[in-house]
Amino acid sequence: MTTVQGTAVVLWLGLTAYAVFGGADFGAGFWDLTAGATKRGAAARALIADAIGPVWEANHTWLIFDLVILWTAFPPAFAAIMSTLFVPLTLAALGIVLRGAAFAFRPVAPGLPERRAADAVFAISSIVTPFFLGAAGGGIASGRVPAGNAAGDPWTSWLNPTSMLVGSLAVATCAYLAAVFLVADARRSQPALVDYFRRRATLAALAAGALAVAGIGVLRVDAPVLADELTRRGWPLVVASAALGTAALVLLRRGISRGTRVLAVGAVVSVVWGWGVAQYPDILPGSLSLADAAAPPGSLEALLVVFVVAALVIAPSLGLLYYLAQRSRLVHRGL
Amino acid sequence: MLYDVAADLLAARSQMAFTLGFHIILACLGVGLPTMVLIANAIGLRRNDPAALLLAHRWSTVMAVTFAVGAVTGTVLSFEMGLLWPVLMGRFGGAFGIPFAIEGLFFFLEAIFIAIYIYGWSRLSPRAHLLSGIPVAVAGIGGTFSVVAANSWMNQPAGFVLGADGRVAAVTPFEVIFNRATFYEVPHMLLAAYLVTGFLLASVYALGLLRGHADRYVRLGFLIPFVIAALAAPLQVAVGDVAARGVLEDQPAKFAAMELIAVGGSHQPETIGGILVDGKVVGGIQIPNLASILAGFSPDTYIPGLDSIPVDEQPPTAIVHLSWNAMVGIGTALVFLAVWGLVLRWRRRDYANARWFLRAASIAGFAAVIALEAGWIVTEVGRQPWVVFKILRTADAVTHAPGVQATFVAVIVLYTGLGAATLLALRGLRRRWAGQDAAAGGRAYGHAMDEAIPYGPHQGPEGPPP
Ligand code: HDD
Ligand code: HEM
Ligand code: HEM
Repeated sequence: MTTVQGTAVVLWLGLTAYAVFGGADFGAGFWDLTAGATKRGAAARALIADAIGPVWEANHTWLIFDLVILWTAFPPAFAAIMSTLFVPLTLAALGIVLRGAAFAFRPVAPGLPERRAADAVFAISSIVTPFFLGAAGGGIASGRVPAGNAAGDPWTSWLNPTSMLVGSLAVATCAYLAAVFLVADARRSQPALVDYFRRRATLAALAAGALAVAGIGVLRVDAPVLADELTRRGWPLVVASAALGTAALVLLRRGISRGTRVLAVGAVVSVVWGWGVAQYPDILPGSLSLADAAAPPGSLEALLVVFVVAALVIAPSLGLLYYLAQRSRLVHRGL
Repeated sequence: MLYDVAADLLAARSQMAFTLGFHIILACLGVGLPTMVLIANAIGLRRNDPAALLLAHRWSTVMAVTFAVGAVTGTVLSFEMGLLWPVLMGRFGGAFGIPFAIEGLFFFLEAIFIAIYIYGWSRLSPRAHLLSGIPVAVAGIGGTFSVVAANSWMNQPAGFVLGADGRVAAVTPFEVIFNRATFYEVPHMLLAAYLVTGFLLASVYALGLLRGHADRYVRLGFLIPFVIAALAAPLQVAVGDVAARGVLEDQPAKFAAMELIAVGGSHQPETIGGILVDGKVVGGIQIPNLASILAGFSPDTYIPGLDSIPVDEQPPTAIVHLSWNAMVGIGTALVFLAVWGLVLRWRRRDYANARWFLRAASIAGFAAVIALEAGWIVTEVGRQPWVVFKILRTADAVTHAPGVQATFVAVIVLYTGLGAATLLALRGLRRRWAGQDAAAGGRAYGHAMDEAIPYGPHQGPEGPPP
């Protein structure tokens, strides 16, 4: 493997981590929004807040990780993406601010009206943000982001069928992942909510599956190159994703929770890597290859060193965080 | 696409400056607060001091809020590097992206351990809990080092070879990170973080002391941050002095703007206040020879003026000069405040009764923030018209995407709301704590102690407001 390929793999690993951890985090906000009126939804909301409270900042640091790798390793790609997709990415950034701030303010809100406002902002931005990030991804994958400073169309680069598909799929996937994780969390602390989230996980799985099937048609028409490569080179991953997703669905229907998390994560990971494989060796399909975009070897080597250090230091730390959270050792403190 | 380049550039610069100026305050708290919290926590455990533990507990709640706002505003900055300055990143990301990558590592650690610390009060052993806070303080320092190294690189670009296409063709990471400006910018910024956090926190308790609440809780709440800030203040002036000489050597245009030196020469006066109009200083007072003496320890020191810089490479002078004055003035005043505290101690006077001292201390936090912002204005505006010194002009780095003016307005609105919400949340916390204290008929020590007991009862987020 060359350094360019190695760095591309690191970039994609980061993207995968963000899709899984950030995705589950966003999805929790989706279920917060749909939990119903203040009283009725209180139990579900409490579980959600407990589940993501200690981990949301770490989950979102994956996005920073990706941005930094992208601008250091493949600078012209970063420049092209951020300038052409200015609108959806600005909206995503604003969504991130609103979401994080609302989440942090919730427990310290002085009164009920403030608390309700924070709830609403948190939940809505949890849906809007992954949608715009997905739409941006769709613009890249369908070859609508050419190299250069805002060289692509500022509107059709993300207001197009593929972007809408990927944006919706992102929202559905986040909701699906979150529900699956919340089933496990509920088993630990609020058994009454197990079935509640199991039903929601099933619904989200069906929605994501339906979107994926519809997506085949959309991509054939709107992004034929991507669709071709997905079937030519990416098919094992596409098949894997479908199989894992279906298996998770079957387990959920049968009321078995063991293993659903692994299967659901596997389904999402396969999609992300399917996309990567389909557009390899381009970083901007049809416009810029990884090799042409790559920074000099010195930069890539430095990044790989940072990555190794990260793997040695961050991975065990994250492990500790998730371990403590899963063992209920991290709890919301009284104020 | 048609767009108004000049207006877009102005909007992009203003948006960058505004969001950075906002983030930096929270960043200072993110670096400084963990240290303060850990000191209070350690005192509390070692001396079995409930007041110190209660302070640590409450400060860590404040830290949870400010850290979250810092993290989201930092994320916006990362987006903005590309949204606003795609040419800067597209051409130089391979070079000065490296310190940012290291920054990412530190912030990851910080985010992980801050969660463990903040959520670990009730169910980790007191020792394990205290230890989990140490990586937070260390990662804050590491993160600051890396991100400021990136900024230093913009002032003193090094460690790369430019290719024919204008992109970076070869990179030596070590030289990128340890460029000439790193050595003074990094320590100066770190000290600034402790100054800002220390004086801001001390300000709050100085007000409490002025209102006559002089129990151990308020005294300790004042002393811990004040002592740290007072130690940092003189060091900050010393480092700033080194920085000024570094700027004179490396970025003479910036230095000339700082000191309002129109025509180069020896025996340059130090100008306080005033602006430059048609190459002449108008207003302000001048202390003869002082600029030359400070720069080279002798009135004969030659200082290049703006006359040696091409007109289209000169930074704006008024804002740089006045900001420079503000920073140095405040920095000096803060040293006096620290000395004042020391004198009170020598003379065995109780600072809790020294009302003028407390009044001064109660505005020191605000003053430190002004110095911080002023310092950054000197650094950033003083570098203009360059974004990468002598290599890339800011005007050539800006995005061609339409809409920057709209996002600038949106960002102002959003951040104003964010700032207001942050202050409201902090005020809400203070009220809640005052209520707890009143209910406990003194300080609600029991609250902190309960929380510190492993496996103690805990209150869920939906619990009744105390
Ligand atoms: C609490 C904050 C604070 C205080 C009291 C001071 N400074 Fe400062 N200064 C900063 C906070 C700051 C900063 C954190 O805002 C800057 C911006 C960039 C940097 O590295 O530090 C800065 C920049 C900065 C620069 C420009 C560096 C560059 O452009 O590369 C100089 C020359 C000084 N300072 C000098 C001083 C002197 C001589 C001071 C005291 C007498 C002083 N500062 C007090
Ligand atoms: C390490 C961190 C920082 C980096 C990487 C950075 C980067 C940048 C960039 C890319 C620009 C736009 C281009 C330019 O105008 O030169 C800019 C401008 C600016 N930044 Fe910074 N900055 C940093 C810290 C700060 C902080 C903390 C402040 C606090 C106030 C600040 C204040 C400004 C101002 C006032 C401008 C506008 C200058 C002008 O256009 O006249 N910067 N910065
Ligand atoms: C002098 C300038 C800066 C300093 C000292 C600084 C310091 C910090 C600190 C201490 C934090 C931790 C969060 C907190 O404490 O609130 C933070 C968060 C962050 N900063 Fe800054 N920062 C600076 C400028 C920048 C710039 C220019 C960028 C991006 C281009 C940036 C990106 C970030 C990001 C992405 C985070 C969030 C990390 C997370 O998810 O935890 N910062 N910064």
